[in-house]
Amino acid sequence: MNQDLRPVCRQIRQDILEMIHAAGSGHPGGSLSCVEILSVLYFQVMHLDPSRPQDPDRDRFLLSKGHAAPALYSVLARRGFFDPALLPTLRALGSPLQGHPHMERLPGLDCSSGSLGQGLSIANGLSLAAKRQGKDLRCYCLLGDGEVQEGQVWEAAMTAAHFHLDNVCAIVDDNGVQLDGPTAQIMNVAPLGEKFAAFGWNVLPVDGHDLDALSAAFQAAQQCKGRPSVLLARCVKGKGVSFMEHQWVWHGKAPNQEELSAALAELA
Amino acid sequence: MKPIEYVPQRDGYGQGLLALCAQREDIVVLDADVAASTRTNWVRDQYPDKFYNLGISEQDLVGTAAGMSLGGLIPYVSTYGVFLSGRAFDQIRTTVCYNNLKVRFGGAHAGISVGPDGATHQALEDLALARVLPNMTVLAPCDSEETRKAVLAAADIDGPVYFRFGREAVPVITDEDTPFQLGKARLVREGTDCAVLACGAMVYEAMLAAQQLKQEGISLRVLDVHTIKPMDEAAICAAAADCGCLVTAEEHQIHAGLFGAVSEVAARRCPVPIEPVAIPDCFGQSGPPEALLEHYGLNAAGVRAAVLRAMDRRVRTEKV
Repeated sequence: MNQDLRPVCRQIRQDILEMIHAAGSGHPGGSLSCVEILSVLYFQVMHLDPSRPQDPDRDRFLLSKGHAAPALYSVLARRGFFDPALLPTLRALGSPLQGHPHMERLPGLDCSSGSLGQGLSIANGLSLAAKRQGKDLRCYCLLGDGEVQEGQVWEAAMTAAHFHLDNVCAIVDDNGVQLDGPTAQIMNVAPLGEKFAAFGWNVLPVDGHDLDALSAAFQAAQQCKGRPSVLLARCVKGKGVSFMEHQWVWHGKAPNQEELSAALAELA
Repeated sequence: MKPIEYVPQRDGYGQGLLALCAQREDIVVLDADVAASTRTNWVRDQYPDKFYNLGISEQDLVGTAAGMSLGGLIPYVSTYGVFLSGRAFDQIRTTVCYNNLKVRFGGAHAGISVGPDGATHQALEDLALARVLPNMTVLAPCDSEETRKAVLAAADIDGPVYFRFGREAVPVITDEDTPFQLGKARLVREGTDCAVLACGAMVYEAMLAAQQLKQEGISLRVLDVHTIKPMDEAAICAAAADCGCLVTAEEHQIHAGLFGAVSEVAARRCPVPIEPVAIPDCFGQSGPPEALLEHYGLNAAGVRAAVLRAMDRRVRTEKV
């Protein structure tokens, strides 16, 4: 698919803001930062068919930073996995759009998430299963830069390299900000490139909001054989809404009506 | 009478895995650097392509197994029960149980009878941790043969399964023909004065206690509660109705294990006096397995004493 994804990204940002406003809670900052990453994956890179969400041969996506659920829900809806009319039910009692993704409730989700640090291990397991079964599918896993403070991420990083899982592609949404403040101040994770390289990974730095650059990086990852790849995506937390950008207060806060209007005006 | 054979339960685990690997394409076996202890080394040696050693990383071990399950495989994940159930609890809860994935957890070296390694390695809380989780089936077989059967029976359960087994050689009290039905306590011995609900190697101790008590004129029912969850409520209610008092026996903390599971059913459906044989809310220590079991009263003498206490309470309740 070679469509211009800019209107899609704008729509997704609008969805994210409206959903979180309607829910009265949620995580706008880290949802807005991964819009381009998710759009490129779901509209260009991944092999999938929205009419067959359980296709055993589909590529898989693990949203390890599960709090970015609004971004994923919007992308899935706009890609045709379910009716976008469901989006405003985010976080409501009985809604398939749980605060953090629950795969049993919504078509298109390849796994549940919400407890940080677990997605890469799951991607590895899916990848090992695919290799056993002779399936040529790829497993993508999106992590937050704060999330990689979880030790399990590095256990999984070892595993992916040890088993030569070249069908695993991690993406770090490196927006530099976590719940309590700047990642470098809370618990420095830098230098991420050197760390992943030392663990045996193919490291691909990329501008996380440049659609063409992302597309090229995913292609480069696919061509790398014998070891896993990681896109270190430099992103802006709260991207697209000036008063949310880089602000950790917007990690997990819903915009009120006035803030929503101001934010939507900026997107238009 | 033929002499009783002593075999470690983990041998039954290894045999069950070998049988499954021979039968099925979708079985894989994962370990965390204790393959020689859990007997998954038998799979490693005979079916190397079905065996994955994840190294000393329990959290990644469970997550990887979850991914394999999402990919259509049925992973048996094995390491010491204490680390499996504790260290990887969140992974088991949020990734495996929340998604109702078909991952099977083999908790080895369960109970105080691990012995000399001491408290750090004695899984005494694993039944509690496993059975509190929605979707989880929890099995605690009584000997190597029943462990083998449990491994086979677990393969087709539509959801996660935790089973625990001990390290030491323990009496083999079942054979190939002994029935094993998931969710159904096995009646080992009929009795009417008191019923012991036991799991793991405590089933044999309960049988010894029953022999002793018979000489004292007491008729003891013995039930092998190999399925801790879902609990066989009918067997508990029948025992309560027939005997009027119960004893539970387990190599586990007194709280939230078998005693807890049985008490929850009894409180709701058939309240009678229940006396526990269990670790009394304390950490274990190093020592020879036999000595530790005796120290904490986890033997036939401990069961006998608990039976007498339960019967005494029943009599006093009846007088009121």
